[in-house]
This record gives sequence, C-alpha cells and structure tokens, in this order.
Amino acid sequence: MRWRDSAVLIFLFVLVWEVLYLIIGDVALRSPAATVQNLNTLLADARFLPHLRETGLAFAQGFAIAVVVGLLIGVPLGAARFAGEVAEPILVALYSIPKVTLYPVILLIFGIGMPAKVAFGAIHGIVPISIFAMNAVRNINPTHLRTARVLRLSPMSLFSNVLLPATLPEIVTGIRVGFSLALIGTLLGEMFGSQHGLGHLLMQAMSLHNIERILALTLLIVVFAAGINALLLALDRRLHARA
Amino acid sequence: MSVVLVRTALIIGAVALLEILCRLGVIPNFTVIPPSAMAQSLWKILASGKFSADIAATLTNVGIAIAAAMIVGIAVGTLLQSWPAARRVFDPLFATYYAVPMYAFYPLLLVIFGLGDFPQIAIGFLLAVMAVIINTLNGLDRVPAVLLKTARVHRLGLVSAALRVRLPYAAPYVFTGFKLAVAYSFIGVVGAEFITSSRGIGYEISFAYNNFDNAVMYAMILFILLLVITVNMSLHAWEKRLLSRRRRA
Repeated sequence: MRWRDSAVLIFLFVLVWEVLYLIIGDVALRSPAATVQNLNTLLADARFLPHLRETGLAFAQGFAIAVVVGLLIGVPLGAARFAGEVAEPILVALYSIPKVTLYPVILLIFGIGMPAKVAFGAIHGIVPISIFAMNAVRNINPTHLRTARVLRLSPMSLFSNVLLPATLPEIVTGIRVGFSLALIGTLLGEMFGSQHGLGHLLMQAMSLHNIERILALTLLIVVFAAGINALLLALDRRLHARA
Repeated sequence: MSVVLVRTALIIGAVALLEILCRLGVIPNFTVIPPSAMAQSLWKILASGKFSADIAATLTNVGIAIAAAMIVGIAVGTLLQSWPAARRVFDPLFATYYAVPMYAFYPLLLVIFGLGDFPQIAIGFLLAVMAVIINTLNGLDRVPAVLLKTARVHRLGLVSAALRVRLPYAAPYVFTGFKLAVAYSFIGVVGAEFITSSRGIGYEISFAYNNFDNAVMYAMILFILLLVITVNMSLHAWEKRLLSRRRRA
C-alpha cells in the first residue's frame, strides 16, 4: 500500500514539474527528463567527482560528530532529571534560532575550508539528537528499572536487555532528524567560504545562471536526502512498532 | 523555581566567562568580541537607525511568510483531513519534507523570480507551511465524534462545520503549528538573506563579515538571536497556557 502511495506521489511530483516547465519554459526551468539526463552527464564527469567526495566527506564527519556529541549531551541530561529541566529550554532555543547567522563565527574560529563545514554540519545535527536522546532516557519506564534491580541484572545485561531496547526507537528518530539537519548545515557551509563541494557548485551555477546545473544538483540533493530518510524512516517505524 | 534560577545563573555565567576570556585575550578580538562590546555596538546601531530599513524588511518578509503559511497550511490541512485518499498519498511527503534541505531550492527560486523579496519569503513559507499542515491535521483528528454529530444535527455545511466546530476545537494544535511557523519563517528568511539578497538583517550580517566589521556583525547576530529567542519563548509560554486551559475544561 505504502509503495503504491509513494509511486503516486512521485508521479504527481514529476507531473507538477513538467506542467511548471510548460508554463515557465526554458527561461528558468528544464524538463524532468532533461534534468535527469543532465545529472547523468554530471555524474559521469570526472571533474565533478572530487566535489561529490568533498561534500560526502564533510557531511559524514559532521554527522558522525553530531551523533556522538548529541548522545553524550542527551543521555546524561535524560538520566539527571534536574539537569535536564535546566537544559531543555536552552536546547529548544538553540534549535529554533537561525543558525546560518552563526556561520561567520564558525568561519572566524575554524577558517575557510573543511573544518568549518564539518563543524557547521555538526552543530546543526547535535541539538535535535540530544533533545531526542534526552527524552528517550527520561521516559524509560521506572517499573522496568525496578524489575531489573529485583532480578539483579549485571550492568551489561541491564544495558542490553533494558536500557538499549527502551531508548533505541526515540534515539533513531533523533538521528533521522539530525541527519537531515547535518546535511543542511554541511551544504550551507559550502555555500559560503568554500571552493569545493555541492554547495559551492550550487552557488557558482547560480551566479552563472546555469539552470541545467542548478536543477541537476538540486535533484541529486533531494533524491539523496529523501532516499536516506526513507531508509531511516523504515528502521524507525520497525523499532517503534516493536516497542 | 530553582530550575529557572539555575538556568539563569548558567546563562549569565556563560556570558560572563565569554566576556572574561575575550577581555583577557584568550579569545582574540578578531575572532569574537566581548559580549559587552556587542551590546554596546548594538545599542549604537539601533539608536542611529542605520539598519531600521533592513530590520523592517526582514520583519515584513517573515510576517508575510507566516501569514501565507498559516492560510495555506490550515486550508490544506482541513482539506486533507476530510479527504483520506489524498491524505494517504501525501503521507510519504509529510515524512520526507523536512529531510530535504530547503535552501537547495534557493538558487532555483532566485533564477526564476530574480533578486527581490519573493525568493526569501518563499523559502520561509516553504519551511513553515508543512508544520502548519501537520499540526492542523493532528488537531482535527482529535475532534470528538459527538461534536461532529452535533454539527450534522444542526445541518452545518462542510465549510461552516469546519469554521465553527472543527477548527475552533483544533485551535491549540493549530497554535503549535503557528509557533513552529514563526520559528521556521525566521530561519528561512534570514538564512536566505544571508546566502544572497540585497537587504535585511541576514544580508547585513554577511556584508559585515565580508568587510571584517566584527562590531556590526556581532551586534546584528546578537540582535537576531535575542529577537528570535524572545518571540519563541513568548509563544511557548502562551501555548502552555492555551493547552492547560483546554485540559481543565
């Protein structure tokens, strides 16, 4: 059922795109078919691959840092109720500010280049991952913990039989949200003060008014983001259904 | 109460620490300027009225984005709620929507619409509208069947039932959507201004950065952060009051 709905949705999306193209025309848009072709040429271009690798590398590092730091912040804050209550509004405020405005600060600290992009991707991802992890730990059923104590579970078995299964579904949800935001952060980071990567190419294509390039890159980013999100969402739903 | 006290102390402590580190030169002034200098510079800028036009432009664009997102979001949410087949088709879109980096569409919007206010408003709107749709649906799903039956007994038409029964019941949830729409519109508009634009707070920050003008840059960063945090916190407090009133009733 879900597959059929997704297929209908993708069909609608292509249809709207095609209709928009017929209305707007070549001045500012290309057809879906032409864009897929342009993307294929782009992916086959040897000059393009280093940019793709650069973005992939920056994103992978930023995302990995976001997961590790997010869990390191969120899990203790969930375990210590008082600290969690103190920190929660601060985390929520950090989530809802336009973080782009902080990018100059990151650039001034890290300088132009890879570290700034990684850092910017990471700070976008850290906040949601820590908020979800905090709530996951906070909402562990106290009865389960008491039962574990009565059964005298060893710390290892407490972790693998109680703590992990209880918190994993929410943590995966947080990682899914953090994944998207870390990707946004990385791309934004590349849009300024960078000579490599997809974000840089996007800005370059914009100033050259290269519509083919803009659309092909946008399609690539959207397909990548939506595809990984679909996988994480499937995992997320399986874990939540089991819990 | 002690939670608020500790939190306040924590924030004041962090600002004081930054101030001391900057004053001692541990953090060089060309990286970060002391918070007191940021506040001073902000005060001077606001008093001089130098950026009043930019601030007004940003607030207007954010306001338009929020209004459009609310109108479209509530309309689409109400429509989808009464049309389950369409809702099922769009369900994967709801789940994927925020995974797509919305700023990636900004170059495309600039090429199509040119460098006016519209592309910034569009990014703010696109970020905000889905939060309104999802929360409207969430609220409408919770309308008790007995209210719907009463509406039918009174022979309310589809539109008047929506306006007089279903949407008022869903109001607190729609408000949650509104709160998110405000935050996302700020993120979208200011972010887009920062990327490329001709005016606005985000533009002034990136302009100051490019000219190594740390005093102006940090003043405007401080301004946008204080503005957004104040607005979000007030909305959050208001939302809590709305929800607690609903629970008592």
